[in-house]
Amino acid sequence: MNYSEKYEMTVGLETHIELKTQSKIFCGCSTKFGDAPNTNICPVCTGMPGTLPTLNRAALDYAILAGLATNCKIASLTKFDRKNYFYPDLPKAYQISQYDMPLCTDGYIDVETDGEISRIGIERIHLEEDAGKLVHEKDCTGIDYNRCGVPLIEVVSRPDIKSAEQARGYLQKLRCIMLYLGISDCKMNEGSLRCDVNISVRKKGSTALGERCEIKNMNSFSFIVKAIQYEFDRQCELYERGGTVLPETRRYDQATGRTELMRTKEQANDYRYFPEPDIPPLEISIEHVSRLKEGLPILPDERKSSYIALGIKSSSAEMIASSKYISDYFQAVIERCSDCEGVANLLTGEVFRMLQGDDDEIRLSPDQLICIAQMANEGIINRSTEKKLVSLLWGTDTDPRKYVTDNSLVQINDIDTLKGICEKAIMQSQKAVSDLRGGKLTAYKAILGKAMGLSHGNANPVLLDQCMKDLLGTDDI
Amino acid sequence: MSYITKRTITELASLQRDGLSCLEIAEAYIKNAQADPYNAYITVTGEQALERAMALDRIREDRKAFPLFGIPYAAKDNICTKGILTTCASKMLAEHLPVYDATAIRHIHSAGGVLIGKTNMDEFGMGSSSDTGYFGKVINPFNEQRSAGGSSGGSAVAVATGACAFALGSDTGGSVRLPAAFNGVVGVKPTYGRISRYGLIAFASSLDQIGVLTKDVTDSATVLEQLCGKDAMDSTSSEQSADLVHALSQGIQGMRIAVIRELTDIADSQTRLSITNAAAMISKLGGTVEEISVPEISKCLWAYYVISSAEASSNLARYDGVRYGYSAPDRTTLSSLYTKSRSEGFGTEVKRRLLLGGYVLSAENRSAYYLKALAIRNEIKSTLSRVFKDLDCLLCPVSPNISWECGFQGADTYKNDICTVIANITGLPAMSLPCGTDSNGVPMELQLMANSFNEQALYRVGYALEQALKGGTR
Repeated sequence: MNYSEKYEMTVGLETHIELKTQSKIFCGCSTKFGDAPNTNICPVCTGMPGTLPTLNRAALDYAILAGLATNCKIASLTKFDRKNYFYPDLPKAYQISQYDMPLCTDGYIDVETDGEISRIGIERIHLEEDAGKLVHEKDCTGIDYNRCGVPLIEVVSRPDIKSAEQARGYLQKLRCIMLYLGISDCKMNEGSLRCDVNISVRKKGSTALGERCEIKNMNSFSFIVKAIQYEFDRQCELYERGGTVLPETRRYDQATGRTELMRTKEQANDYRYFPEPDIPPLEISIEHVSRLKEGLPILPDERKSSYIALGIKSSSAEMIASSKYISDYFQAVIERCSDCEGVANLLTGEVFRMLQGDDDEIRLSPDQLICIAQMANEGIINRSTEKKLVSLLWGTDTDPRKYVTDNSLVQINDIDTLKGICEKAIMQSQKAVSDLRGGKLTAYKAILGKAMGLSHGNANPVLLDQCMKDLLGTDDI
Repeated sequence: MSYITKRTITELASLQRDGLSCLEIAEAYIKNAQADPYNAYITVTGEQALERAMALDRIREDRKAFPLFGIPYAAKDNICTKGILTTCASKMLAEHLPVYDATAIRHIHSAGGVLIGKTNMDEFGMGSSSDTGYFGKVINPFNEQRSAGGSSGGSAVAVATGACAFALGSDTGGSVRLPAAFNGVVGVKPTYGRISRYGLIAFASSLDQIGVLTKDVTDSATVLEQLCGKDAMDSTSSEQSADLVHALSQGIQGMRIAVIRELTDIADSQTRLSITNAAAMISKLGGTVEEISVPEISKCLWAYYVISSAEASSNLARYDGVRYGYSAPDRTTLSSLYTKSRSEGFGTEVKRRLLLGGYVLSAENRSAYYLKALAIRNEIKSTLSRVFKDLDCLLCPVSPNISWECGFQGADTYKNDICTVIANITGLPAMSLPCGTDSNGVPMELQLMANSFNEQALYRVGYALEQALKGGTR
């Protein structure tokens, strides 16, 4: 049943992003992912009695950069707080986090979904430490503290998100900004980007928000989308049946595609927050923030605008700018050539089709790609050869011009040659010709296709079409 | 051998110049520490200490580079010593061997100090009589019916009985000054941030401070100078330098001292008398004495117990039986591992404070208790910093009563901390100073308090009073 006619959803996201500083937030241990368990640990990050945290300034600066890039205000005075709860992966039994004086507040990011731009507010960004990880073995559970103390930022959006696709757009944009800043790998499969989803449902036209549920620890964009859709339906269905939605924490089961109850509000932890006495409050000077602001790299929105200014259409500009890797590649293109539109089309078309997943590399140099687009523009090759060249040259360092010559891919523009090809095609397509004469106009395509085949795909399609029409005397097709 | 164990650090240094070896000094003190009739020690590190003393005896370079050369000392058992039991007098850490030395221990070591053992205390520092610990109570050497004071009772008794030349303690609400007072030694809690807390097992982080217990004021200045300074491992430590020994003999001419009416009023008659006597001495020595009223001071105690318990409930949460410390053997689930380890590993007083702390921090009680306590703390801080604009030192009792009988426990004893918690709540430095004995031969003491990082004032007044009182006491 489709409830979206009658109901609307309100979604807010809490996104945890691991910062890729060299060392942990409160000690000197390495933050490296994937090392043998408990090799990057020390008395401080394992919470041995008597140890104290000392703040890694790089983590603070990274978090400020995240705030600046998402249009937040940076606090001039901030502090850390303890969030108290028991769990074996949390060696001090409290997490050093920020409670009522977060580092960054009141920001936003602009998100494009279906060609429409919406502004999603960011309530706050705060800095905290990550916990360790439980490793479940056959007959026991181990604890790996390597991740313990890796710096994290928690980005809390305002409940401005109205659809699952918008949630995806928000997360992709947020991830993209972090990658541009170079402050996180944002690898969801390694847990360096994780997300809690808050979702409520209300009748359209209603002003009061419905009761919200929180879906914990999501680590894939597609599961987030599915979980939101499922949860929207679940809550709508409850309302339709006259039931009430309870404030719950739920988890998403990837196997069943459903959300399940984790705990009710009554079972929720009381974190007993209080100011962290081991770290004095921090004053952040305007000068320091300005210095960091000056060092900000160009961000996706700015890149996108610059592409549009070059005559590239908005959707392609968005596609290119939304990946730092692609965008950096395209910057190299811009530096080397004056007509980037053709390259942009090739990039967002054939090149994107060749890429396998987000981490794949473009295995053509900017020069090769520019050369291919230029040859097409100059009429040396036709559009279908242009597209084919991307896959033909993928992973090689072959000069496209040489390849085109050596493999006889040069476009045939000579009218007499084309005429000869057309005559040959007509001769070999007697059935189609008689069909055409009999009024079956679609038969023309078969004859033209035959001619293109006879040219080994090299005929200039516009000229070939003209020749064919001249010969068949069928101008009106 | 009492010619050695009764000596101050200054006197020992002079005996060394006359040929006394580090080994002879260490042997004399270790003998007392091992006899230990007062249960002052939890661990005596005799062998290691003798080795270290012999190693020091082989050093031929200038001994002036080592202000504590060959001086045997003890550390409270909540200060981490690498590879040496550090138990906090708790079953929870009864077998805990730290993997690192506290910064304070490293400082004393590089000054030439010889660690001879770890002293008994109240469990995790929670108590005022050194009787809540897993290893039994510390006995007051002057009168065994009386409390030895706490929580650094072992350190105080060890210094008082010649079982070490000086000792490190920790002071969260008076834990250095009170046992110093009950045992007739000098106890100093410096300004919060003076001594790195790295390696001090936390009770209440915003109040905890390592302190020194010594036979006299000069020794105290000598030891404290070695401990001060910024530590990269403790963000709350201060860079301010401390020039103390040098200041001792400057006298107190022109110094302005005040007694706090509210604290004198609640003291017993003998304590009041010794305050009056000290005030008269100060005047005679060229200082001025006035009386001031600080009505807010009565709220300190309440704020102290709320804040210290709140922080303790968080600091002691890490003892969950998972990584180190006591782990209950018969656990079946994660929750039973937690519950049993903590129920069996902690003593009654610790549990009382943890429950109190959890209660005042809980969502429903936070603003009524914890936030209110923070507000009181700020109020007192600003009041006292105003007071110290016109004053050098405050003079008050260490405890309203000279000492008390053994056996009182829990909330009944909390009120006795009223004079000492002020310095912890405000972070100010304070000293407890012996001023003779009462009619029963029980030591009596005074407390001096100064402005932040103005330990110099404490030591100048303390030294002047000590000199003036000399002869009347020992």
